[in-house]
Amino acid sequence: MTDWLGPAEWQAVRLSLKVSATAVAASLPLGLLCALALAKGRFPGRQLLNGLVHLPLILPPVVTGYLLLVAFSRQGPLGALLEPLGISFAFRWTGAALAAAIMAFPLMVRPMRLAFEAVPPALEQAAATLGASRLRVFVTVTLPLALPGVVAGAILAFAKAMGEFGATITFVSNIPGETRTVPTAIYAFLQMPGGEEAALRLVAVSVALAMGALLVSEWLSRRIARRVAA
Amino acid sequence: MIEVQVKKRLGGFDLDADFAAPPGVTALFGRSGSGKTSVINAVAGLMRPEAGRIEIDGTLLYDRARRIDVPVHRRRIGYVFQDARLFPHMSVDKNLAYGGSHDRDRVIAMLGLGDLLDRRPAALSGGEKQRVAIGRALMSHPRLLLMDEPLSALDAARKAEILPWLERLRDEAGLPILYVSHAASEVARLATTVVVMEAGRVMRAGAVAEVLSDPAAVGMIGAQEAGAVVRARIAGLDRIDGLTELALSGGRIVLPGRLGGIGTHLRLRISAQDVILAREKPEGLSALNILPAEVTALDEGPEGVAVGLACGADRLLARVTRRSARALRLAPGLRLWAIVKASAVAPDDVGGAV
Repeated sequence: MTDWLGPAEWQAVRLSLKVSATAVAASLPLGLLCALALAKGRFPGRQLLNGLVHLPLILPPVVTGYLLLVAFSRQGPLGALLEPLGISFAFRWTGAALAAAIMAFPLMVRPMRLAFEAVPPALEQAAATLGASRLRVFVTVTLPLALPGVVAGAILAFAKAMGEFGATITFVSNIPGETRTVPTAIYAFLQMPGGEEAALRLVAVSVALAMGALLVSEWLSRRIARRVAA
Repeated sequence: MIEVQVKKRLGGFDLDADFAAPPGVTALFGRSGSGKTSVINAVAGLMRPEAGRIEIDGTLLYDRARRIDVPVHRRRIGYVFQDARLFPHMSVDKNLAYGGSHDRDRVIAMLGLGDLLDRRPAALSGGEKQRVAIGRALMSHPRLLLMDEPLSALDAARKAEILPWLERLRDEAGLPILYVSHAASEVARLATTVVVMEAGRVMRAGAVAEVLSDPAAVGMIGAQEAGAVVRARIAGLDRIDGLTELALSGGRIVLPGRLGGIGTHLRLRISAQDVILAREKPEGLSALNILPAEVTALDEGPEGVAVGLACGADRLLARVTRRSARALRLAPGLRLWAIVKASAVAPDDVGGAV
């Protein structure tokens, strides 16, 4: 495998996996919370939250990237705030993860929300009459019954993060070893004379990873659905 | 003692119910849409009333005036829903243990759940699901059990399978039960107290034998469903003809089938339309059950006249047409004969006594 991919290509694949895994892991709690609020919550501003969650899906990625750059650069309002804490996103792989997380967020929330909506409130009520607090109802009834959707959302978000291009390159540029993920690496190879072969190899890797994610998601969902229903 | 007072605007009517339930099984009885389920949802805390007060044995669960509203999970009220609501992702054993393991072994034995523990809810029959739901509610150690038509989703055979378990529950668990039903036969068989509801209001409340034998209540219960409940003791068995002889306080009647051993006490529902009245003691009649009775009350409704009868210490109820009532010159105090059709008592109407 290492022989087949050149060191620069291998570096891009490793970085992409790291960026995407971090993006999904870090945004999962917030994703669950948003999905739950949208599925079960009745509060003012629900439509606003819904709009915010879906915004990255509709905005041109370059706009999202530029907004991130403005907010998180060293002089930006959020960047300046986080700098003393040692947290920095600008032109770093963490910035790539942030961009990927935001771009993948709508895809993560949607299946989770649908899964939470499908959990019968009747079962949650039954659990409450048996003495379970709201947290215990969530952990023991709502979440397990919604698990196929939660897993599907996480895997979809991972696949989307692997492919994120526009917002990433705008926000954190295309620095080898730091922010050059598979899509930006393909772009860079295509700009170089004689880079087509390397680009094609990365395209093959992308297709394989996307297919793999899809298959794993299908398999997991079916397995969990069987466990829940049987 | 359970005291319930709830008011709420619902879709079609205003719920305004006020009643007290003594220990034993209190049936909330009425047509569908009369507000019975809303009442027990308010007791469970699943529906918040606009006004009222709910108290169980001195503990306030809801009091609008004093701003008390105990959350569902702290009320310690077991709820057996019409549709069981077992958790599909847990085994029967895990379902049972969800709310606690109070009296586990006895509950499992009482409801016959021992062989089901490893199964998933999807692999259970309707009757088994309901038994698990009852066991799960009991093991959470509630101070009150709510049952919302637990038999209505079941066919006749499954009903017959569950009813004896419910009788055991009433007689052995010593737990107060609020039981929602629209079937008079279930109420007659299980309840100690009846609360009759109509369009969100309590029309009548009292001991089951008293309410069900009251001619004035026939209109609320429905002419087809009306019938008194009597207590009986098995006095003899006729094995050759397959009959059971029952001693009532006012005489003896014979019913087909073997209903139990000699000396067993039963409660029996006798449908009002199966009681025939005669001024003279009839002779040469195929029906074997002729009881002396006295008219206690009459109630004229659109479909005929409901006649309340005293027969020893028991009460009976009969329905006659207006023309018959005139011909018999029925009036309170009149002594006459009540004829009960032997084949008329359905097996569902025979239950163990309290």
